[in-house]
Amino acid sequence: MSTEVAVVGFAQAPHVRATEGTTNGVEMLVPVFAELFAETGMTKEDIGFWCSGSSDYLAARAFSFIAAVDAIGAIPPINESHVEMDGAWALYEAWLKIRTGEVDTALVYGFGKSSAGDLRRTLALQLDPYTVAPLWPDSVSVAALQARLGIDAGLWSELAMAEVAARAGGGDAVDLLGQPYIADPLRRHDCAPITDGASAVILASGDRARELRERPAWITGIEHRIDSGSLGARDLTTSPSTVASARAAGVDGVEAAELHAPFTHQEILLRQAIGLDDTVSVNPSGGPLAGNPMFAAGLSRIGEAARLVFDGLYGRVLAHATSGPALQQNLVCVMEAR
Amino acid sequence: MVTVPLSAPLRVGFDYTRSLGPVLGHFMTELRSRRIVGVRGSDGRVHVPPVEYDPVTAAPLGEFVEVAAEGTVVTWSWMPKPLAGQPFDRPFAWAMVRLDGADTPLLHAVDVPDSSAMSTGMRVRVRWTAEPVGGITDIACFEPISNPTTDLPPVIAADVSMVTTPIHLDVVHSVSPEESKYLRALAHGKLLGQRCPKCHKVYIPPRGACPVDGVPTTDEVELPDIGTVTTFCVVNVPFLGQRIKPPYVAAYVLLDGADIAFLHLVLGCAADEVRMGMRVRAVWKPPEDWGTTLENIDHFAPTGEPDAAYETYEGHL
Amino acid sequence: MKQPAAVLGVGQTHHRAKRLDVSMAGLCREAIDRAMADAGVDWDGIDAVVVGKAPDLFEGVMMPELFLADALGAVGKPLLRVHTAGSVGGSTANVAASLIHSGVHRRVLAVAFEKQSESNAMWALSIAPPFSMPVGAGAGGYFAPHVRSYIRRSGAPEHIGSLVAVKDRHNGARNPYAHLRQPDITLESVRASTMLWDPIRYDETCPSSDGACAIVLGDSSAAHKDSAWIQATAMRTEPTTFAGRDQVNPRAGRDAAHALWREAGISDPLQEIDAAEIYVPFSWFEPMWLENLGFAAEGQGWKLTESGATAMDGQLPVNASGGVLSSNPIGASGMLRFAEAALQVMGRAGDHQVDGVRRALGHAYGGGSQYFSMWVVGNEKP
Repeated sequence: MSTEVAVVGFAQAPHVRATEGTTNGVEMLVPVFAELFAETGMTKEDIGFWCSGSSDYLAARAFSFIAAVDAIGAIPPINESHVEMDGAWALYEAWLKIRTGEVDTALVYGFGKSSAGDLRRTLALQLDPYTVAPLWPDSVSVAALQARLGIDAGLWSELAMAEVAARAGGGDAVDLLGQPYIADPLRRHDCAPITDGASAVILASGDRARELRERPAWITGIEHRIDSGSLGARDLTTSPSTVASARAAGVDGVEAAELHAPFTHQEILLRQAIGLDDTVSVNPSGGPLAGNPMFAAGLSRIGEAARLVFDGLYGRVLAHATSGPALQQNLVCVMEAR
Repeated sequence: MVTVPLSAPLRVGFDYTRSLGPVLGHFMTELRSRRIVGVRGSDGRVHVPPVEYDPVTAAPLGEFVEVAAEGTVVTWSWMPKPLAGQPFDRPFAWAMVRLDGADTPLLHAVDVPDSSAMSTGMRVRVRWTAEPVGGITDIACFEPISNPTTDLPPVIAADVSMVTTPIHLDVVHSVSPEESKYLRALAHGKLLGQRCPKCHKVYIPPRGACPVDGVPTTDEVELPDIGTVTTFCVVNVPFLGQRIKPPYVAAYVLLDGADIAFLHLVLGCAADEVRMGMRVRAVWKPPEDWGTTLENIDHFAPTGEPDAAYETYEGHL
Repeated sequence: MKQPAAVLGVGQTHHRAKRLDVSMAGLCREAIDRAMADAGVDWDGIDAVVVGKAPDLFEGVMMPELFLADALGAVGKPLLRVHTAGSVGGSTANVAASLIHSGVHRRVLAVAFEKQSESNAMWALSIAPPFSMPVGAGAGGYFAPHVRSYIRRSGAPEHIGSLVAVKDRHNGARNPYAHLRQPDITLESVRASTMLWDPIRYDETCPSSDGACAIVLGDSSAAHKDSAWIQATAMRTEPTTFAGRDQVNPRAGRDAAHALWREAGISDPLQEIDAAEIYVPFSWFEPMWLENLGFAAEGQGWKLTESGATAMDGQLPVNASGGVLSSNPIGASGMLRFAEAALQVMGRAGDHQVDGVRRALGHAYGGGSQYFSMWVVGNEKP
């Protein structure tokens, strides 16, 4: 019998265009941790394992994640790890750790201060460093190349994209089509805002989870996959890694989904890839189009979806996180009430 | 009074030197001769640019196939306001171009006056740079096939095994509200620490979070500019980006009344006379040169007092 | 609940200052292909990939595992990227072990690399942010004051650091993959070498290397009869600076070692560990970590070194591979320690094999001596 693991707590910093704080996230994380501990009645000493996600390049500093540990108050020393990825993958590592039976609780956090640099230019450094990155193709332009492929293939339209934006941010889709392009075929409303932020989640196993929350969000499946690093070798109109993750995680019966789609067409693409029909409520939180803190936004999707279970709004929910250019790497986490 | 935390620009840059290995090396060598080669994958697809390992089987690849310098736009987007480093500083299109003879498209720029000149399926041709060096930028861009062709100077073929890629980023470096107070005090010649409300230790610089307790330090404590060298090293190594000429003594200075030492420079005596426990005092730059930086203290110099007893600083090593 | 995990095979590159013959992908594959051949598995047998390396600024690629996915054989599979500063190679192996321990995967590939010649590690580690005093001088500048503190605190004689350098370089000369192979180095030549960051001399410092290491791990059903079983893993972190921090003998390292020995059922590590691969980038860290790990009492580590106990034929051979002092591709250095410990247990260390190793330690640390990762591997299934 494998260990049952649930999300029992979630908190996040306000999503803002630019914080005045440091790139090490301390000012954002201190209140987030305090809120989590207040919500669950836990203290830092109750945490068996810590895992975080962040990026040195976002901060343009080597070892930028080290100072974030100050926000914990890591004395006595903590059992800790860090991934150079979105916090959603840190949550995966923490989920593994609990399943080994070594610990029964974990606190996972992600943070990023995108406003410190020029985000769309920095993200060009994720592309092949020999044949692509020297041209500095920015992240919005790369997403736009993907958007047009889907439009040309009849998988979505500029109107369908505008409808995604209108649902997330209000307004009328047809009116939005009157806005200028920022990277034809993408308009501003098609792109997630640049956001600073941090989020954190507490996981717990079995009875510990039941002690900590009345309705824990039990993880029934969590899977992630990656696609090729060669943009040209990929079919950009779909996301094989999402398809495979969703199939392995088991998505039948989900009632709501938080999708980490930083661009409107990617939300449509992900719905198609995961196989979500119109009865599924997508991004009730507003999703990344309402706020996309790099390296925290994927973890926030898991937290937001778990909160839907905590609050009794839904019985079975899905969260998705992405990383890399044009949805290269994807994670699917399915949770339910018991 | 509301004060915004301090921030300042930081430029981080390096010209990276990338060794290519046999597959990418061959591609770049051919580019320098104004030819484009792809590599055949395990499934028979011709990849351009070549990939070193197959995207499906992970097998090493090495069967090169020359492809045409013209092809078809598979998808495109429009860049109205180019960013630093991109192929043009005027509006241009990004496109994925499937070259004739290739199966996978290449990402590059297309030079057309406006987006109305772009369409999926349009035919384009490589515009070569005048002086190829063996890099992806030897392809200056693509252009519509209807453009007139231009004569190019001949190239001298030479094997390419390295590329140099400048990566320069501009970021805004910010400090915490607590450290900002300390830095603003430094601009007035004062050393301002703060006490953690939980453990009561005095931190200088103050902290957005006490590393032991995870809460911001609060009560302000003005500290004297005199203290003890806890430990140190003599830096004899020159390196790229270094701002102090070696040799110099980098020492941890524990100010009287502080519970943590910080790193600074010790001058005013021969390097081999610096000792653990040596008492030192700040030597400030002239007040007109002060800013919000610890560099206001030019260095620390020996006070001439007897050395501090080991017991007074052994807990700070 | 916890599934046993074993090292099925290991591989590493030839480490050099500049591996100009390969790309980053080629460098990784040189280690991976050797590890997979050593383990006797092909790509179909790998369920997941865990990648580790130190700061992305070293290579100028943001999250390079993304573009390397094809070379790493990760396409269509789970891929994790670990970064815990200099300890990352060890942490990466530990995270890969947790993929097996959790019962989620059967076989996992762990890879760590650094291609330091793409830039300059001193530069990347010494970028002075605004408002600060620009006294930082790379890792050597960071650690040298703490070495001085150790010498003061322990009363160690000055030549101990040089003894370690001679031993590790002689060991490295037996390791065909080592970057520095200096069979002729002597105590006198080390002590005559330039003082870089006083009290650390040139010959007492690690080189800057291009290199990679890979480990294939598997569960009980995947293990062979000569696999090295993972008997314990531990990781601990503490803040870089805090009032009263012990920089010489950090608590995070002591706590990690305590947890490690407890899990492995070891009460006297000096008696029960047959070989140790300890992360020693500056030679003085051998005696410092011997104390931190509990092989010697506080202040006594240098006596173990001086007695010859840590030599190839001593009671506790330390860094029979030549260690970080002989090869230092930063992100891979920790995994090399873990892999070399497994090699000793599997009896496949060639000319630097220690006789009769039943249990070995792999150790790594990073940041300002604040991130620790360790494992104990042995020939008995836990």
